[in-house]
Amino acid sequence: MINTDKEDKKYTTVSIPTPLVEKIKERIEGTGFTSVSGYVTYVLREVMANMDEDEEEAFSKEDEEKVKERLRALGYLD
Amino acid sequence: MQKPHGGKLVKRISGNRDVGGMDTIRVSNDVAKDVENIAHGVFSPLEGFLCRDDFESVLSHKRLASDVPWTIPIVLDEEEKKHGEGDEVLLESENGMQAILEIEDVYNYDKKEAARNIFGTDEEEHPGVKKLYGMGDFLLGGKITLVRGSESPFEKYLLYPEETRVLFREKGWKDIVAFQTRNPPHIGHEYVQKTALTFVDGIFINPLMGKKKKGDFKDDVILDSYKALLEHYYLKNRAVLAVLQTEMRYAGPREAVFHAIMRKNFGCTHFIVGRDHAGVGNYYGPYDAHEIFDEFPDLGITPLFFRSFFYCKKCGSVVNDKICPHGEEHHINFSGTNIRKLLKEGKRPPESMMRAEVSEIILESGDPFV
Repeated sequence: MINTDKEDKKYTTVSIPTPLVEKIKERIEGTGFTSVSGYVTYVLREVMANMDEDEEEAFSKEDEEKVKERLRALGYLD
Repeated sequence: MQKPHGGKLVKRISGNRDVGGMDTIRVSNDVAKDVENIAHGVFSPLEGFLCRDDFESVLSHKRLASDVPWTIPIVLDEEEKKHGEGDEVLLESENGMQAILEIEDVYNYDKKEAARNIFGTDEEEHPGVKKLYGMGDFLLGGKITLVRGSESPFEKYLLYPEETRVLFREKGWKDIVAFQTRNPPHIGHEYVQKTALTFVDGIFINPLMGKKKKGDFKDDVILDSYKALLEHYYLKNRAVLAVLQTEMRYAGPREAVFHAIMRKNFGCTHFIVGRDHAGVGNYYGPYDAHEIFDEFPDLGITPLFFRSFFYCKKCGSVVNDKICPHGEEHHINFSGTNIRKLLKEGKRPPESMMRAEVSEIILESGDPFV
């Protein structure tokens, strides 16, 4: 683990209700999670990843046709 | 379609850049492959070599400074501090690659600490550690732009994410499983692949071509043996074979995640993780590369964990320890070591271990090993 001043800046504090913290403490007992912060980070990463909207690929028709041509030449497409 | 890692497929290519008079750094062919993989989006969201913030974050947290999962530092080293921030230099390799590096950061690093973080050991016997200890003392971070690609002996099988994404869409595949390999296929590999394929639309078999350690199979042997396997035993509209040009790092669990990220960029939704994935010697536990995925709920590609398949004489079929009730005395393992030993002696492994068409390719190659 690298400990620098920069490292400290990578974390911040958020407030969550104390009863929820207590529930989380109970929930993570005997699991691989060693802290409430670790658990909350895990859950939020999962939630955020699922919320990410699909982005359309920026691909012009011309570019796509070039790709298809190469794929056909190589035998990947009929 | 599967989203690229970090949300956007990177493309950093410009054939029109004038590179005359630029200070030049000669790089190895392995580094050249890293440059090309960055430029073609295989390493998305990386746009260049890691700067210090990202490097330290990857070592400590297995994530870029932006919190995006990333487990293997992609870096460019230099012996002496010859360049500074703001410099533009030309990267050139023996295999013809040319790229411009915009230097944003020059920094030193603790090799032992890096080794322990990446490889879980600082022993020089580990091939990844050995390579790390041989690197220069400074790292150059910054974006790259590919000016000219290298020549590849595998041009006909070299696809980049932009191409595979079109290919998968044209084939009508939505769920795609990727298979990483650095070996010719034995029957156990085939069962893993076909079991996974049963649940998805297609399989992307993506052997790794690049520097390997002594005793590994040669690249052309791996590719040719897979060509034979696909020709004889796979449906054409369910399997795609293309190579990935990058070196093995032998970083075990961290490399398994890295392998999954690259395949996500190719457009795959699932990734097969086997026993001791990307391992070497006894440095990692057999299923460490499975457990590490628990740390990444936001990876965006689903790992499919497989235990080893083996032949059970009592079942009369290829099975694994989840489905076979019989004792070890009835089992024949697809041991890579045993298969290598037979091949080294010029002997054909039994067909219960390896397809005859695959053995033939390997034996015909003369010396199949690096």
